[in-house]
Amino acid sequence: MSNASMIEVNNDVTKMSNEPIIEVKNLTKMFNDFVAVDSISFDVKKGEILGLLGPNGAGKSTTLRMLSTLSRPTKGTATIGGHDVVKGDNEVRKLIGIVSEKMIMYNRLTARENLIFFGSLFDLPKDVLNKRIDDLLELVQLTKWKNAQVGTFSTGMRQRMNVIRALLNMPQVLFLDEPTLGLDPQSSVEIREFIKKLNREKGTTIIVTTHMMVDADLLCDRIGIMDHAKIVALDTSTNLKKTISGADTTILKLEIGNLSTPIIEAIRACKCVDSVSQENSMQLRIICHGQEAFDSVIDAVRTTGGKINSMENLQPTLEDVFLHITGHEVRDSADQKIPMAEHRRFGSRPQGRIR
Amino acid sequence: MGAKDLLSHSVRIAWKDLTELVRNRLGMVLLIVMPLFMMTMIGFIYPSSTATISNLPVALVNQDQGFYNKTSGTNSTIPSQIFITGLQQMNNYTTNNQTQPPMLILSSASSMADIRDKVQKGKIDGGILIPDNFSESIMSGEQGTVIIVTDQSNPTTAAMFQAAMSATIEQMGTLFAQEKVETLNPAVTANNSLAIVKPYYSQTEGVVSGNPSYFNFIAPGIMAMTVMMSVMTGLPVAISKEKEDGTMDGMMVAPIDRLSIILGKALGQTVRGLFQGFIIFALAVGLFGVVIHGSIMLVVALLLLGVYSFVGLGIVLTSFAKDQETAQMMMMTIMFPMMFLSGVFFPISQMPWYMQDIAKFLPLYYATDAMRRVMVLGAGVSDISIDLLILISFGTVMIAIAVPLFQRMMTR
Repeated sequence: MSNASMIEVNNDVTKMSNEPIIEVKNLTKMFNDFVAVDSISFDVKKGEILGLLGPNGAGKSTTLRMLSTLSRPTKGTATIGGHDVVKGDNEVRKLIGIVSEKMIMYNRLTARENLIFFGSLFDLPKDVLNKRIDDLLELVQLTKWKNAQVGTFSTGMRQRMNVIRALLNMPQVLFLDEPTLGLDPQSSVEIREFIKKLNREKGTTIIVTTHMMVDADLLCDRIGIMDHAKIVALDTSTNLKKTISGADTTILKLEIGNLSTPIIEAIRACKCVDSVSQENSMQLRIICHGQEAFDSVIDAVRTTGGKINSMENLQPTLEDVFLHITGHEVRDSADQKIPMAEHRRFGSRPQGRIR
Repeated sequence: MGAKDLLSHSVRIAWKDLTELVRNRLGMVLLIVMPLFMMTMIGFIYPSSTATISNLPVALVNQDQGFYNKTSGTNSTIPSQIFITGLQQMNNYTTNNQTQPPMLILSSASSMADIRDKVQKGKIDGGILIPDNFSESIMSGEQGTVIIVTDQSNPTTAAMFQAAMSATIEQMGTLFAQEKVETLNPAVTANNSLAIVKPYYSQTEGVVSGNPSYFNFIAPGIMAMTVMMSVMTGLPVAISKEKEDGTMDGMMVAPIDRLSIILGKALGQTVRGLFQGFIIFALAVGLFGVVIHGSIMLVVALLLLGVYSFVGLGIVLTSFAKDQETAQMMMMTIMFPMMFLSGVFFPISQMPWYMQDIAKFLPLYYATDAMRRVMVLGAGVSDISIDLLILISFGTVMIAIAVPLFQRMMTR
């Protein structure tokens, strides 16, 4: 990806207009008794990058599928560019592009053939389509490989293909479902920069789901935190962080040489402590509040015989925000999620979630 | 969205599918090899009316005690010896100076128990037993009984062996009778002695020229089956694969009619099926000597009609199949009964009446029937009108059920 043309621009509201391009009202999706998305409402402004952050199974993908007309909402409405996603589905489809978690491409076709196939479904004149394909391939530096079967591509190349495939119809709204999943850090950065550039230069509205805090933090104008099928918070990254680093919340990184369960229990028992998470065998990350916070934590460690190696006062991250708002870590709920819908066979009752 | 768009999108999807298919080299080879195997195996394994047995290992037991001639005081086993010599001569019979493999490979055994033992050990496939009173019976003017011992574990061989032995013994009896007649009346020549012993002779002739061959019977059936099954079974598998791979979403987010997706996929499968059908056709004619008496155009039209009648069923299955594995299993469950019940491999008249009734509900039965009559017997459109009518109505009803079902499945 050529970085030459890229100028670091502070993502502020100037690039966005105030008119919403996406309006979501009480959108709900149920699979039998299981509520995948529970009555969510939000607007997205034209030219905005909205991130949906949350653990697996929080309902991010389902939300995206409903907005991209792939899944029919059980209740509620959503409009894109004024078209209802159910009644005006074909109008909506002309406006959107989707980069899904699974790579949408045929391995036995060449890069070019793949793009021609998907592009031909949009009824573009042949020369326009060919030109656009050449431009897009050039943009992600795949021109050299255009006549190679995509089955031979590396994951990074495939993901770039996956992204430009979604841009064939020059969509006004681009949905990205975990676009950096399974990519190496360098490819992740490339994709992230590409999305930013697209947003800045073409004014494309972007909704991206991720469970990677870094992605969300670096990419999005606003972040919606999803948990248990609901949007529990929706604001800019800065504002979200303010909710916890405000008045009297402190985030401590504590390194204890002889860290043990009783020590952690003792810290947890302090009134001022909101949450404790263990980073590795020696480090703890503690969110606490109040004037006495430092003292109480240190006392708790010392009375249980802990030896403090170092102590740091940290800036809050989105991870802390998530922890603060939902009361659990992003990875917690991923483990506890019971697979739903498609794994239920022979009409057995949904098992719901264990928690 | 107009019909033109619908069609052009379908063609694009079909073209994409076929490009993928052609790129799959191994798949292409299998596409050709599979019908070849199927034809060869089925054609040679199952017996046709002209099939003969050869080199069948059989044990011969002679327990004949002989006939005691009171006047001369000698014991004679001449009748059983004549029988055995006759049998050996018949066995090594040559026609037109062409040496043919012997029908039986005769070995000797000592008793019925010995035969059973050897059959159990798999050394022989049957036995011929001459009982102790054989000469006695014949010399005292009675019929001499020969016991044919069969191996029940292999009914096909047993039946063929039995039939061959009956024919051989019958023929030996006839020769014997002819000789007797000639001795009784010297005026009778060898030719009319046969007419006296066997006054009736049956001659078989088919409605069209040529020898009946099992390939004639199965080739139309396999063609019909392959082409139609490709739509019925290929469609759910192809679509569930796209769903699993996620590529289906790529088509679903394009502003095209959902119907063009299924139409395009069906079109791709149809072309694949027709291609395979053509290979079977070429193999049948070129390699297995099947003679086509009907119009080729009508054969192609019939295959397309078959596709029409099955595409609805294919879509219904697609709507139910959640993943590829389920689709494969559903395919197997439906394909096997259909294959064997529709008279593709065996005539349904061989089956009990209730099975024949079930077969009449299967569209493949009518397609196979029509194909066979057109290809082998040279029937025209009017001759197969009932088959055509049933196929058209079945297809129409299934499509009427399938389309709304599919629309619902696509927008879950």
